[in-house]
Amino acid sequence: MATNTGGLSLTQQRQRAAFWFIAPMLAALFFVAAWPLIRTIWFSLTNTALSDLYGGEWIGFDNYLSLRILESGRWIWRGTLVDPAWWNAVWNTVRFAFVSVFFETVLGLIVALVLNAEFKGRGIVRAAILIPWAIPTIVSAKMWAWMLNDQFGIINDIMLNLGLIDQKIAWTASTETAMYAVLMVDIWKTTPFMALLILAGLQMVPRDIYEAAKLDGVNPVKVFFRITLPLIRPALAVAIIFRMLDALRIFDLVYVLTPNSAATKTMSVISRENMIDFDKFAYGAAQSTLLFAIIAVFVSLYIWLGKVDFSGEGQR
Amino acid sequence: MSGQKLLSTIGFYALVVVIVVFSVFPFYYAIVTSFTTGTDLFKINYWPRAFSWANYETVLGGRNFVRSIWNSVFIATTTVVFALFLAVTASYALARVRFRGRGLLLMMILAVSMFPQIAVLAGLFELVRFLGIFNTPWAMILSYVIFTLPFTVWVLTTFMRDLPVEIEEAAIVDGATPWIIITRVFMPLLWPALVTTGLLAFIGAWNEFLFALTFTSSETTRTVPVAIGLLSGASQQEIPWGPIMAASVIVTVPLIILVLIFQRKIVAGLTAGGVKG
Repeated sequence: MATNTGGLSLTQQRQRAAFWFIAPMLAALFFVAAWPLIRTIWFSLTNTALSDLYGGEWIGFDNYLSLRILESGRWIWRGTLVDPAWWNAVWNTVRFAFVSVFFETVLGLIVALVLNAEFKGRGIVRAAILIPWAIPTIVSAKMWAWMLNDQFGIINDIMLNLGLIDQKIAWTASTETAMYAVLMVDIWKTTPFMALLILAGLQMVPRDIYEAAKLDGVNPVKVFFRITLPLIRPALAVAIIFRMLDALRIFDLVYVLTPNSAATKTMSVISRENMIDFDKFAYGAAQSTLLFAIIAVFVSLYIWLGKVDFSGEGQR
Repeated sequence: MSGQKLLSTIGFYALVVVIVVFSVFPFYYAIVTSFTTGTDLFKINYWPRAFSWANYETVLGGRNFVRSIWNSVFIATTTVVFALFLAVTASYALARVRFRGRGLLLMMILAVSMFPQIAVLAGLFELVRFLGIFNTPWAMILSYVIFTLPFTVWVLTTFMRDLPVEIEEAAIVDGATPWIIITRVFMPLLWPALVTTGLLAFIGAWNEFLFALTFTSSETTRTVPVAIGLLSGASQQEIPWGPIMAASVIVTVPLIILVLIFQRKIVAGLTAGGVKG
C-alpha cells in the first residue's frame, strides 16, 4: 500500500505534514489562551496592583481565603470566599443562568416545533427569528433600555394599556425588577439560537414515525412527549449545556443594561470591576479564576454528556 | 371535526404571528425612534409619525463614531483573515490525517472556545501591556484569536470530514502533497464553508465587548459596541436616545442583511459549531 517517497511511508509523510499544519494554530492558542490563563492564576496568588504589574508578591491563597487570629482571640476571615459581594454575584449568575436557560429551552422548543411544521410563510418566520440573534448584544441592551425606560418606555405604556400594571415601573433602575429586565432581553435575544439548535435535532427525527403515529390516531401531545422528546433529548442536552456555559460568563448585557446594580452584578462583572476599576487586580484575578473553575466543570459535563465524536471515525 | 381543525389552524397562525412580532418589534421600534427628534421622542409612537435624518446626521457628523466603525471593520476583518488562514491547514490535518492524540486535541480546542473570557483578562492585559499594543487595534486582534480560532477550526473540521475520500485519494495517487491537496483540491470545494465560517467569526469579532472595553482608553480607538455602550449625553439624565438608536440601526442593518442572505448556510454553520457529533 505504501508508496515510498524519499524513504518515508505515505502515512508518515502525511503525519509530518499534519504536525506542521497544526503547530501554528497551537502556538497561537497557547499565546492567547493558555499563557494568559496561567498568568491570571498566578496573579490570583499574589498582591499585584494594576498600576504595577510586576511588583506583586506571592501571598498564597490570601485572595481566596485567609485567617488571622487576633491577640484577643478573635478570628478574622478574609478573602473572596467570605466576601458577601462575591456570593451575591455568584447567586445572581446562577439564578440568571438557570432561569434564562429554562425559558430559552421551553420557548426555543415551541419555536422549533413551529418551524418544523410545514406551513405557508415558514421562510419568513425563520428569517424573523434570526433578527434578534443578528443584533449585537450591546445594541439589544440599548434598544431594550429605551423600551424599558421608566418615563417614555413603550413597555410600560403597553402594560398600562393592557391593565397589567397600574403605575410605571423603573425596570432597569429598581432593584426588584433589574434582574427581570436582564432576563427579558437575554431570553429575547437567545431563544432563536436555541430554537435553531433544537430544530436541527428535530429534523433528524424520521418523518415516517410521525406518520405511523398519525395513522394509529395517537394524540399529538402524547406523540410529543413519547416520541419527539425522547428522540431529541441528546441534541437538547447538548444545547442546554452550551447555553449554560454562555449564561454563566455573561458580561456585556448586564454591564450596559443595568450598570452598577447590585441586583444583577454577575461573576464576570464583579471580577472585571475589581481588576480594572477598583485597583484590586489580584483580587479580581482570584474571582475570575473561581469562575473559570466553575465553567471547567460544566465543560467536562458537556464533553461527557455530548459524547462528541472527536475521532471522526464511525457513527456518521 | 372541521370546526376543530379550523380552530387549531387559527391557533397555530396566531402563534406564528406572536413569534414574528416578538422577534421583529424591538428592532422596528429602534428604527422608528431613530427617525424621531426633539419632544416627539417623549411621546410614545407605535407608528412612525415624523421622519427626520437629524439623529443620523448627529451620529455620522461626530467624527468618533465613523472612526469606531472603521476600527471595528479593520479589527474584525484582520481577525477573521488570520483565523481562517491558520484554521484551514489545521482543520485539514485534524479532519483528514490519522494521528495519535487527535481526539484530545479536538477536545482541547472545543474547551478553549467555551472559555470564560474573563479568566484570561488579567493575563491578556499583562500581555497587551508587555507588547506595547494597549489602546491600539492590535490589542483586540490579538485577543479575538481566543474565540475566533477555536470556532473556525472546529466548524471547518466538521465540514472537511464530510468531503468524500475519493477526491483526496485520486490526488494522492497523482502524487500531490498535502499542501497541494489543500490549496488545489479542497479549497475550491470549501469556499461556501469558508464564507459561512468567516461570516460567523466576523459577527463574533464585531460584537465583542469585554476585551474592547478593557483594552482601549480613548474615544478614537473604540470599537462600535464600546462606542454605543458608552454613548452618553451631557449629564446622566440626558441620555441621547435618538442618536443611540440611529447608531444602533447603522451598525445592525448590514449584519441583518448579511444574515438574511446567508440564512441557510449560517444555520448549518451554527449547528455544526454547537451540536454536531
